[in-house]
Amino acid sequence: MSSAPTIPPLTGTVTVDVPVDEAFRVFTDAFGSWWPAEYHIGQADMATAILEPRQGGRWYEQGVDGSECDWGQMLAWEPPHRLVVTWQINGQWQYDPDPDPEHASEIEVRFTADGPDQTTVELEHRRLERLVDGQALRDGITSGGGWSSLLELFAKATTSQA
Amino acid sequence: MLGDPTRRAIFELLARRPCTVGELAQQLPITRSAVSQHLRVLKDGGLVVSKAEGTRRIYRLNPDGVTALRAYLDHIWEESLTGFAKAVQAAPLDPEQEDQ
Repeated sequence: MSSAPTIPPLTGTVTVDVPVDEAFRVFTDAFGSWWPAEYHIGQADMATAILEPRQGGRWYEQGVDGSECDWGQMLAWEPPHRLVVTWQINGQWQYDPDPDPEHASEIEVRFTADGPDQTTVELEHRRLERLVDGQALRDGITSGGGWSSLLELFAKATTSQA
Repeated sequence: MLGDPTRRAIFELLARRPCTVGELAQQLPITRSAVSQHLRVLKDGGLVVSKAEGTRRIYRLNPDGVTALRAYLDHIWEESLTGFAKAVQAAPLDPEQEDQ
């Protein structure tokens, strides 16, 4: 079922001076207000990005032209302490609707109350080997979104490994 | 390592195609010697490799890709979490503090 991870997960941590409920709210409800707009995959410039607040919910961007582009889906929704989303990106740097979770890397975010007004947010991006080994980012390169350079990197890396 | 904008620019240029120092310098507002210094950091970090071709030295992303991939994603998450922390501080629970 699960192969041994070959790439260590990425982690990030930030501590903010708000209660855990508020940290979780801003992270999720207001996701589009803080996500760096250059990191998007749609053809149109990104207007906002949305995390749907429920298990199975969509994680997607909305372009300035009203178009929508999925990034992944909510695997675990446990407010205000934890969420897990998939990152489903294919070789065109577009959403891969493949429902097999074995083909997606995952991002887990944990919210821990350090006190009544302080919260530590820990992010882990794991199962990166799925991006490198899988169909993931093999097919080609498109220009456009700010992540295109990352795609180019993926494509180069996978091509040179083949 | 990719938090430095010039290093990130070099990294992104090399993601498009392998280059010499001179070719990188032509595309960036910095000197060849500055390009070389950044390349040394990227090589030491395992993101970039080089090989001699005749009298030229060609730089490219490390073909194993993994280190470079992790570095780039790591940069994205670091930037995102920084943005998140700013948004949290700018949106206090108390509406009286909403002026920024």
